Amino acid sequence: MSVAAPSQATPAVRQRTRRNVELFLLFLAWGLGVLGAYQVSWATGEPLHPRFWLTAGIVGGIALTTHVMVRWRAPYADPFMLPIATVLTILGLVAIYRLDVAALQRAERAEAPLPTPDVYNQLTWYAIAAVLFILVLVFLRDHRVLQRYTYTAGLIGLILLVLPLAPIIGATVNGATLWVRIGGLTFQPAELAKILLTIFFAGYLVVHRDSLAVVRTKFLGIGFPRARDLGPILVAWGVSLGILVFERDLGTSLLFFGLFVCLLYIATQRKSWLFLGALLFAGGAVLAYLLFGHVRTRVQIWLDPFAYSDAGGYQIVQSLYGFANGGLFGAGLGRGYPELVPFANTDFILAALGEELGLAGVVAVILLYAVLIERGLRTAVAVRDPFGQLLAAGLSITLAIQVFVIIGGVTRLIPLTGLTTPFLSYGGSSLVANWIIVAILLVISHQARKPAVASTAAPSGDAATQVFRR
Amino acid sequence: MIRSIRRIGYVFGILLLALLVNITYVQVFVADDYRSRADNRRVILDEYGRQRGPILTGPEPIALSEETKGALRYLRVYPEGPMYAPVTGFYSIVYGATGLERTENDVLTGSSDLFFVDRLQQLIAGRQPRGGAVTTTIDAAAQSAAWEGLSGTSGAVVAIEPTTGRILASVQSPSFDPNLLSSHQPQQIREYYEELLDDPSQPLLNRPIVALNPPGSTFKLVTAAAALASGEFTLDSVLPGPAEYDLPLSSRTIRNWTGEECGPNGEVTLIEALAISCNTAFAWLGNELGDDALRAQAEAFGFDTAFEIPLRASTSRFPESPDPPQTALSAIGQFDVRATALQMAMVAAGIGNNGVVMEPYLVQEIRAPNLAILRTTDPVIFDTAMTPQDARQLQEMMVAVVERGTAGILQGITDAEGRPVPVGAKTGTAQTGNDRSPVAWMVAMAPATNPRVAVAVVVEDGGLAEVSGNALAGPIARAVIEAILQ
Repeated sequence: MSVAAPSQATPAVRQRTRRNVELFLLFLAWGLGVLGAYQVSWATGEPLHPRFWLTAGIVGGIALTTHVMVRWRAPYADPFMLPIATVLTILGLVAIYRLDVAALQRAERAEAPLPTPDVYNQLTWYAIAAVLFILVLVFLRDHRVLQRYTYTAGLIGLILLVLPLAPIIGATVNGATLWVRIGGLTFQPAELAKILLTIFFAGYLVVHRDSLAVVRTKFLGIGFPRARDLGPILVAWGVSLGILVFERDLGTSLLFFGLFVCLLYIATQRKSWLFLGALLFAGGAVLAYLLFGHVRTRVQIWLDPFAYSDAGGYQIVQSLYGFANGGLFGAGLGRGYPELVPFANTDFILAALGEELGLAGVVAVILLYAVLIERGLRTAVAVRDPFGQLLAAGLSITLAIQVFVIIGGVTRLIPLTGLTTPFLSYGGSSLVANWIIVAILLVISHQARKPAVASTAAPSGDAATQVFRR
Repeated sequence: MIRSIRRIGYVFGILLLALLVNITYVQVFVADDYRSRADNRRVILDEYGRQRGPILTGPEPIALSEETKGALRYLRVYPEGPMYAPVTGFYSIVYGATGLERTENDVLTGSSDLFFVDRLQQLIAGRQPRGGAVTTTIDAAAQSAAWEGLSGTSGAVVAIEPTTGRILASVQSPSFDPNLLSSHQPQQIREYYEELLDDPSQPLLNRPIVALNPPGSTFKLVTAAAALASGEFTLDSVLPGPAEYDLPLSSRTIRNWTGEECGPNGEVTLIEALAISCNTAFAWLGNELGDDALRAQAEAFGFDTAFEIPLRASTSRFPESPDPPQTALSAIGQFDVRATALQMAMVAAGIGNNGVVMEPYLVQEIRAPNLAILRTTDPVIFDTAMTPQDARQLQEMMVAVVERGTAGILQGITDAEGRPVPVGAKTGTAQTGNDRSPVAWMVAMAPATNPRVAVAVVVEDGGLAEVSGNALAGPIARAVIEAILQ
């Protein structure tokens, strides 16, 4: 993670925007999607929709539009983040199309009524996500504006978190209460909440990090904070436990607590916060295991899924069989049985890809996430203002935690918790939220990398001192 | 804050690395374990999701895969059902596969290394490999003649082309319907299979190559070959042929099936002894030659060898160290001598092929999915059991069995042009135990001096008399020979 600071120290040098690299990578992503759709159609013998090229054109149009907007509003932004988000979204579309075909063919053979395909819904959500992405680029010229709304964001974020518990609109799906249903539309408010709460955490910690960094007692060589500064972490812990208890959503609970602890550490540079966080997490985990049956079941299934293979472990066992069937290079798109895994197009979309694209495909996907997260953290390191640093780091960390928790879950590295796979999974809330995250990261990245020759809010001298100091 | 952001970056780097290590473990190291788990439906779906290659006899499929509407995409169908069951075997989701379905599985699924180029193309194109075709050596006319001949009885027929070892017919009765075992209804499969297992007539047994029976008088061919090979006997040698032969060291006797002397003054030539199936003469001969000579001759014809054609055949046996009375009994195919129909057909084929015994085989060629021939089986010599001179004498003796002996039913066989064809044969009847009815044999080859077919017929519920080989097994052998010659 090299720092872009040296080039900023000489303002006269023109920064390369590298927008053409981005355009080229986007074209590759689009081509991959077209090839993938063709492969699925060819391998399954299911003819492509007569208006396939219209669909492919729409996807290409959306990708091109996002690129043009980046070129216009954030020309100095990182050139890799948009293509990675796009290729993952397109890969998700291909996987969802492939599962549609499987469901269609199964219905045809059984002479059952034909199911509605999901891929067009997802395509619509991609369009909506792109609109929001563009809105962020257009209206958020400078991310520091967001710091003004620290508490507003925190409040709305909290409200969104508890919204599924509200009467009438709240909805429980598959045991977890994390949905809101208004009219025919369902939405997972936690997805938006994670952005708002990241803004809140960043804004709050920028202000309070000095007091939170004060060391009172030393224990085992680690300096511990004052008792009265323990408030925020305890509140975060309590809220996370609350999500777990009332919404039965292990994944979201883990996401928020992990995010908060990481940001607390980044802001204060005190390892003691990580230590405390780990302790609280362990305590919470034990408590949850002892108190809640569903948590206990998850852990037992994780330890021995095959013992529960026709009950609660069915899904993870089928997922593992799918991965195993894929082996090194996969069965080939359209040649596996991804439909055998329940919810293959949401939580378990990676199992579908893993079966047909093999280890090679899964490694590629994980590496794409790794590069995206690394680019986000690099942005955090490169940006000059502490709020921007915390915000960029926080957004990257939400992606990282989510990727680790869900992929670790479906591959049985850790107990399974219901989280969506960013960009890949079927579902609008998740797609929209993750595209907004990329938009914010691009704005910050643009701020960090643009030449400091113009009179910006932060004089270059200030930035140089900061880089030097840290 | 930059330092702590980096540190957090490293932490997540390690976590993502853990994901990579774990997924490699799942997809590579334990993948085979997962694939072989009993509740993994993917394996069966995969197997039944691709079109398995056909098993052919000539151009006609005797096993093929048809597309269905069910979750399992292809159904295995056997157009001739039970007639070819001992050849094809079955292909069951419950009980696995047998017969050629089992031994040629790699070819039929397309996973054989023979298809390397095809598979490479399919890998690149991302298509499921298609299966190759297996062409059998079976002659459809001979198979169906044998099938019709056996209907209503219990027994087996094997026909071989003497010069190559190609198996022209392999039929059993009772048989089973492989269609019912290869369906997609596990319950139906289980019920039918249990029914077959409970059937005392053992329809699932691959009778032609697995069922072992005492060969009875047909084994006299082996004894006669040993006698000729000893150099002390020719077909005109005179042997003692009394009505009864006292077994040495024992109070028991061997009697002729007629109960009479085999010739005037209780003497008979070797050729006549074979023609009329003289027990006393061959029992005496057996003791003259000794069990080692008999065993060596039997082994040269294929006894004590487990043939894989590629279906695994039972090993035909000659007893290990019989005492003299047991040797006498063994020489006429009783006591502990046991042979498959395949083995006795090989004896006749070896004699007809001037003493050269060929390895029997059932697979003629293997074809790629595009029907290009990938491999043709070349005939292989198993052993030289007799000198050509001895073989010609024995051929003449076998013709005598038809012309004036116990196999009269094979007289008057003609070829396609209506010309008479000399046929050589030997009948047999053997006790299998006190409570079971004897088996009747007919072993034959034609044309006798340059045979195109050797056939062994065994009928398990044969009558008591030596004539039963002629009466029960004879017509079936005749039908098979005529099917080949005409």
